[in-house]
Amino acid sequence: MYDSVTNRRSFIKKMAMLSAITAAASMFPGIVFAREQEKGIPENAKLDWKKGPCRFCGVGCGILVGTENGKAVAVKGDPNSAVNKGLLCVKGYHQIMCIQSKDRLETALVKKNGKYVETPLSEALDLVASKMKESISQNGKDSVAMYTSGQSTIPEGYIASKFMKGAIGTNNLDCNARLCMASAVTGFLTSFGADEPMGCYEDIDHADYFVTWGNNMAEMHPVLFSRMLEQKTKRGAKIIDFATRTTRSSTASDRSILFEPQTDLAVANAICYEIIKNGWVNKSFVEKHCSFSKGLTNIGYGLEDKFKFTDKPEKIDFESYKEFLKDYSPEKVSKYSKVSVKDIKYLAAIYGDPNKKVVSYWCMGMNQHTRGTWMNNLVYNIHLLTGKISQPGNGPFSLTGQPSACGTAREVGTFTHKLPHGLVVNKKDREMAAKIWKVPVERIPSKPTYHATEMFRAVDRGDINFIWVQATNPLVSLPKTSRYRPAMEKKSCFVVVSDVFPTPTTDVADVILPAAWHIEKGGLYGNSERRTQYWQKMVDAPGDATPDTWMFIEVARRMGFEGLFPYSKENHVEEIYYEYRQFHEGAEHSMAPLEVLKKESGVIWPYVNGKSTQWRYNAKYDPACSNDEDFHFYGKPDGRAVIWQRPFEDAPEKPNQEYPFWLNTGRVVEHWHTGSMTRRIPVLHQAMPNAYVEFHPDDAKALGIRNGENIKVSSRRGSCTLPASINERGLPTKGQVFVPFFDENMLINDVTLDSFCPISKEPDYKKCAVKVERA
Amino acid sequence: MPIKSYLAHPIAGRKEELMTALVTLGQCEVIPAENQNILALVTDTQNEKEDEILKEKIEALSSLKLLALVSGFNTSQ
Repeated sequence: MYDSVTNRRSFIKKMAMLSAITAAASMFPGIVFAREQEKGIPENAKLDWKKGPCRFCGVGCGILVGTENGKAVAVKGDPNSAVNKGLLCVKGYHQIMCIQSKDRLETALVKKNGKYVETPLSEALDLVASKMKESISQNGKDSVAMYTSGQSTIPEGYIASKFMKGAIGTNNLDCNARLCMASAVTGFLTSFGADEPMGCYEDIDHADYFVTWGNNMAEMHPVLFSRMLEQKTKRGAKIIDFATRTTRSSTASDRSILFEPQTDLAVANAICYEIIKNGWVNKSFVEKHCSFSKGLTNIGYGLEDKFKFTDKPEKIDFESYKEFLKDYSPEKVSKYSKVSVKDIKYLAAIYGDPNKKVVSYWCMGMNQHTRGTWMNNLVYNIHLLTGKISQPGNGPFSLTGQPSACGTAREVGTFTHKLPHGLVVNKKDREMAAKIWKVPVERIPSKPTYHATEMFRAVDRGDINFIWVQATNPLVSLPKTSRYRPAMEKKSCFVVVSDVFPTPTTDVADVILPAAWHIEKGGLYGNSERRTQYWQKMVDAPGDATPDTWMFIEVARRMGFEGLFPYSKENHVEEIYYEYRQFHEGAEHSMAPLEVLKKESGVIWPYVNGKSTQWRYNAKYDPACSNDEDFHFYGKPDGRAVIWQRPFEDAPEKPNQEYPFWLNTGRVVEHWHTGSMTRRIPVLHQAMPNAYVEFHPDDAKALGIRNGENIKVSSRRGSCTLPASINERGLPTKGQVFVPFFDENMLINDVTLDSFCPISKEPDYKKCAVKVERA
Repeated sequence: MPIKSYLAHPIAGRKEELMTALVTLGQCEVIPAENQNILALVTDTQNEKEDEILKEKIEALSSLKLLALVSGFNTSQ
């Protein structure tokens, strides 16, 4: 293609501007350049601006997409969105650039004699349906599986659930949200009996302190971080960063406190110890609204196939809990957490001060943890003991990483144990699903089967013979891909992958289905603050690319389930939403009608009497409260939230002489998760072209490692070679290395460990032992 | 044909003034940060001499506190 000097020059100018913006972002985390997106739009352009949510993280920023002659040409922040108020991060601005990528999947590809052959979509869907039927008839219903995504829209997740659980009759459905927020779910369920945060982003406008637990918000949730920085400037709100690595968030915080990996459990207990010792307990709140429990200890790490665990909760009293905490005095905890006694007391005093409002934020640091459920419980303990919960500016808040991890994975329930309302183990929930789906209740199995890690172990064992992967890239994102890549290549399993772009996961597929991207289809997402956002199709998808919902429906119909999927191609999103909405009727989870969602830039559920419920469990704001008290934790039968006794337990694999470093993995601001979209956006790819391994300068010096030098990072499972990074983006503590996982050419998950929290089954990507050497 | 990018720090309270002055100079593309007192600036000139003259003019602006070079490209015609 002819590339004019003007085009080249314009591209270089764009790169120069991006360099300046990236440099500014390193100096001022959370900085926003809202006008940047409008550059390049011709002055005389008559753009049609359509609203929707951003495609990337769980913050759920509202975007306006400018279309002209059927093409998306610009993106800007939606000023009417209460989430981002017109602001966007660098990924958000550039999101639509990926759909023009030259390697876009536009036709179905079927592997024949080892080569991919372009195939009409209808023929490919015939093959998918026949392979699924064949597997079921030969090996039973539980030989087929579907692995979906927190990026699936609500209709996609709903149809996947109905198809697998209601039509076929297997619970072999799980999703990649298992890898990022399952511990938050089990944390909420065990403490409150109901999932998802009680507060909302408006808490930012009221809090005096933000305590971020292992959470680099400046890079992962930049728009929210920018709102926090604004409050820091305007009202003097303080940000306290509690982490294992110094990041952009740390440098922008008022105080950065570092801890030894895994010891956050002990520090959280030490904070509770101090709260009780100093008389900072909100006694009337605890007496009226809380109970105390303990569970099993030494619960394992899920390292072995077919690992099973069921907790056995036992009621305890306040005095037993107080006695338990004696092992967690700041003096004792300081010795192994490497957090000073002074800093532990400082954190406790923030939470303990009755005149200060505190919000705790966390994301992967706490969730991707072999004791992730416990860690979530412990932060709730702090808020419950002090009564700082469910009020503007006071509350614990787990952030999500994907745009609909809440709306689809958690609310629709695309997990093996879930239904659109409730759990498969509960008869009433199965009966509700059977009634709405119009299927016999006996068809919905009552036992969960495979969670994400175990699903791919089952593929490796040959227990699953057909898997359909949708809108996710597990062969980059799963832990221990060194086992699961060869597993997916085995002939014993027929692999279908629907995606927008080629990825290492499509590389192992028998059939690749071309999926429509975000704005090429209508849909709904649900963000971290329970906000449901609707958008309409904005542009046509190229070639045969088709919405995933419609491909699911087409396959279900080919398998003989036409009657269960009567939706029309034109209006299926609306028809499905209305069917799905029936699952959440009532004041505890009522969802807004579509007419409202079409007008508003998102609506928070429960949506009752024409109003969003911003703070659940607080009678002042939440119409579902019915106990005539100020607070009502109605998720629990006794209306009380649970304060859990959860101890510190070590990580399954710690550094030793042979593998002397902790490996921590994570993300960078330029790329979203496995990079399949953002690495196809030239400005983002240029800004961060490859992964790297970060060292503490003292470790680098001791090993004689220089910046940029290729380093082989190895564990007991595999190795990965990356350039060294010293004193650049982040600074790990001594004895730790950090690697971002976005780069499919440097697969750090070949190295990670597939241990998980026995309660949530969420893997721990933050801690395993590695050695490093010059490559 | 040099293309350079800078971070321009205005004197407190004079961000708008600095932005107007830069745009008025020509050969400057400016994007202000929404939530910080800073401007991202890209200059686009025909040759080194012109680039030097432009930089001198920018540095002489009374609303500018600090100009920090971020990147520089030199492209062919």
